[in-house]
Amino acid sequence: MHELSIAMSIVELAEEEAERRGVHINAVHLKLGALSGVVKEALLSSYEMACADTPLQGSRLIFEEVPVIVFCPHCQAQRTLSSVQWFCCSECGTPTSEILQGKELEVTALEIQE
Amino acid sequence: MNPEPRLVEVRRNVLKQNDVVARALRERFRAAGVSVVSLVSSPGSGKTAFLEKTLTLLRPNHRVAALVGDLATENDAARLARSQAPVRQITTGTLCHLEAAMVERALDDWQDLHQLDFLFIENVGNLVCPSSYDLGEDLRLVLISVTEGEDKPLKYPTIFNSADVAIVTKMDLAAAVEFNWDTAYSNIQAVRPGMRVFRVSAKTGEGMEDYLGFLAARLTQLRPAAV
Repeated sequence: MHELSIAMSIVELAEEEAERRGVHINAVHLKLGALSGVVKEALLSSYEMACADTPLQGSRLIFEEVPVIVFCPHCQAQRTLSSVQWFCCSECGTPTSEILQGKELEVTALEIQE
Repeated sequence: MNPEPRLVEVRRNVLKQNDVVARALRERFRAAGVSVVSLVSSPGSGKTAFLEKTLTLLRPNHRVAALVGDLATENDAARLARSQAPVRQITTGTLCHLEAAMVERALDDWQDLHQLDFLFIENVGNLVCPSSYDLGEDLRLVLISVTEGEDKPLKYPTIFNSADVAIVTKMDLAAAVEFNWDTAYSNIQAVRPGMRVFRVSAKTGEGMEDYLGFLAARLTQLRPAAV
């Protein structure tokens, strides 16, 4: 369960941005890859805890969940994985472990109130 | 005062702090010419026994040391010390994984990295959390024991994708638990195509030679000038 320490990093990062811009934050937008190693539900409840007694209290955490995209060496094309248990091209079935997307754990935007 | 909320783009990696420290460590390891190998697995899959055997077998010909992460006890460090290699414990308290900064701190006032061939880092027993944290290692091993079941890779694809090589441990028990190697191997290949897999038994020494040969070859690659 490392979601609490990740939630605390998110809150810290958002607080920094809020202070720098002199704004209040209503919501934090987070891009979460299917291979980020983070469980959305656990992060959500940890986020609430991490926000307690901070200027972020009451703010929302909004997820943009992104699938794994791999490169197929046979088709020479990007393919979206249908399952993280099967790393192969969704068109031709060629196995591939060249990951182009899916490990993201990134704050992409903030909903602010001036 | 504008009452309308608006969206501003920021784009900040949440684990950036760890990634920055890990990158600095990787550069430091490379400059010192030391091969840094980390081990991840679930609790009880035989990481410590495997590492003890590794240290013992490497020691006659290589300079080795180990960092070992553990939640509370120092038992693992004591076991590894039997190999006569320098071992330092990182007690993580309640934290379920090692972070790059802990490795950095543990290296303070310890081994001169230039005097080492291999540094091993044993992570806390956990197949989930360590996957998100880069430690600056140049090789990450994921261990599964034959007693855990062949479907472990399918249950934890993320950790297999954060690792470079898989080690199947406790091969001496394979027959007793009716371990199916073909199934285990194809499950590993399903979640990480092309992944190199070694089958070992730390108890009997089976398979250790292949794996140690692989490590030695990597060291030669890392230091082309070294003999």
